[in-house]
Amino acid sequence: MEVFPLGDSAIVVRVGTSIDEATHRRVRALCARLDAHPVPGMIAYVPAFASVTVHYAPARVGSPPGAQGTADATPYARVAAALERLLEGLDATEPPAGRVVDIPVVYGGSYGPDLDAVAVHAGMSPDEVVDAHVSGDYRVYMIGFAPGFPYLAGLPERLAAPRRPTPRTAVPAGSVGIAGRQTGIYPIESPGGWQIIGRTPARLFSPDRDPPTLLRVGDRVRFHAIAPDAWERAAAAWPDPSPEPGPAA
Amino acid sequence: MSLRVLRPGLLTTVQDLGRPGHQHEGITVGGAMDPFALRLANLLVGNDEHAAALELTLIGPTLRIEADVLLAITGGDLRPVIDDRPVPMWHAVRVRAGATLSFRGAASGCRAYLAVAGGIDVPVVLGSRSTHLRARFGGLDGRPLREADVVPLGLPPELSRRLAATIPRTDAPFAVADWLAAGAVLAGYGPNPVLRLLRGPEFDRLTPASRERLFGGTFRVAPESDRMGYRLEGPPLEVTDGAEAISEGVATGTLQLPPDGTPIALMADRQTTGGYPRIGHVAAIDRPRLAQLRPGDELRFREIGLAEAQARLLAMERAIAMVGEAIRWKVRGAANGSDRAQGESAGGSAEFRGNA
Repeated sequence: MEVFPLGDSAIVVRVGTSIDEATHRRVRALCARLDAHPVPGMIAYVPAFASVTVHYAPARVGSPPGAQGTADATPYARVAAALERLLEGLDATEPPAGRVVDIPVVYGGSYGPDLDAVAVHAGMSPDEVVDAHVSGDYRVYMIGFAPGFPYLAGLPERLAAPRRPTPRTAVPAGSVGIAGRQTGIYPIESPGGWQIIGRTPARLFSPDRDPPTLLRVGDRVRFHAIAPDAWERAAAAWPDPSPEPGPAA
Repeated sequence: MSLRVLRPGLLTTVQDLGRPGHQHEGITVGGAMDPFALRLANLLVGNDEHAAALELTLIGPTLRIEADVLLAITGGDLRPVIDDRPVPMWHAVRVRAGATLSFRGAASGCRAYLAVAGGIDVPVVLGSRSTHLRARFGGLDGRPLREADVVPLGLPPELSRRLAATIPRTDAPFAVADWLAAGAVLAGYGPNPVLRLLRGPEFDRLTPASRERLFGGTFRVAPESDRMGYRLEGPPLEVTDGAEAISEGVATGTLQLPPDGTPIALMADRQTTGGYPRIGHVAAIDRPRLAQLRPGDELRFREIGLAEAQARLLAMERAIAMVGEAIRWKVRGAANGSDRAQGESAGGSAEFRGNA
């Protein structure tokens, strides 16, 4: 594990060097510790695949009495020291259990214009791609790119597909995509290069909701296929599905 | 209490200091591109420094002032006029209802901030009134101002009313306080800036020649620069190995290097995470100077260490706090014959001019 600065107002704690479950568990364990013990001056922390970035206000870190003029007096040194203390015994910590969130998807057709291309790439039929995608057990490893955009690990290996050679200028909200070994969902209309295999009526981002995002880092996600004519009914069930807490990870 | 939009200008949005606490949800920080200018505009009119104001871009709007207000304009010099008479920037200005505020075009800088006592009173969304253009929320319906919009104003705080009372009443459309904040000097605005740059986590991946080009070369702000990021065209930069990085956090001011070799400085509406090499970070103290550059403007970088960058940032914060102190000092004793009335006339304005 290493701690290093990201400019003069942020600091990165890297807890692994690859995208895997053990690293992800350390990320979640560290986030739980930051919730319980925010470091001095902390404004926000941003979990990613193998790290947590802590944004802080140097002017609000304060300095310990008698430390002026020493190396320990810099805001960075104080924040780094507080983070090092939080990292002690991290591997032995059980991260909090994520919730399980079930997401309905209309696959193919105008909802998933790249389903056929992904099927050709995988050497499968479109139906087999859908069966494989709904059979996956996914975990939110990171939220980024757009408000509430989940990067999901757990895509069955044979569905891995490269990004589109030319990104689309507008991918509709709710689009479910594949890029490499990841799958994800576009919460708002955005430009994007992922292969779009379906679309969900679930609202992944609502600024008037608290929290505004449907998914959080550590949540488990399951997809199930719905028919296009079930879209309206499924949409009516959102934005408040109140997902139940899942079993411990 | 409102402003009526007669002409919207190029890109006029409601901004405060953004929503930094929502980055773990993938939500951009947003807020003022030049937070220094926004904070000073607010302080000048007696607002909390994080109150919402209007961010004006290059071509300012034309606004009818529909109530007697206290306002201040800071940041880039877009040449403000009220009823065709020039208005000084970095001053508190008392404006009469019915006057029209417009802008004659940018003389220097890129973005100005118009703060009105009481702030822009749009709903708070996720802890901020800032306009999130991409996700279309916050501000005025999540979009830039349009013609015929009515921009609601909040109730001026007590400090604003007392500050306004220090400016003599006249029959003119506006009257200007006899004190100012020398913000342009404090921020160090100016053409062809040399911005202080910290090394980024992937700085060491730059080739030796690219490191020299980063700190020796001249860069130009590309036309396709916006509130998300500034593309900086210059000598091409390259990193040694092409290993794909695992995405992680980025910060405002981070200098990312996409494969085309043209670095991008991440600005207020940046994403929360990224995967490109982070070769540097513009020091927080130089963010206002960067935000005031326009497409075509040139800049250079020089290296600054972390300890010095933080020491200078703390000094800047103390200077801003002192401006706030001096403004409060300005009206001390003005209410109810406080026993501090003598101190106000003795030290107030002189100290303010000297330090701000």
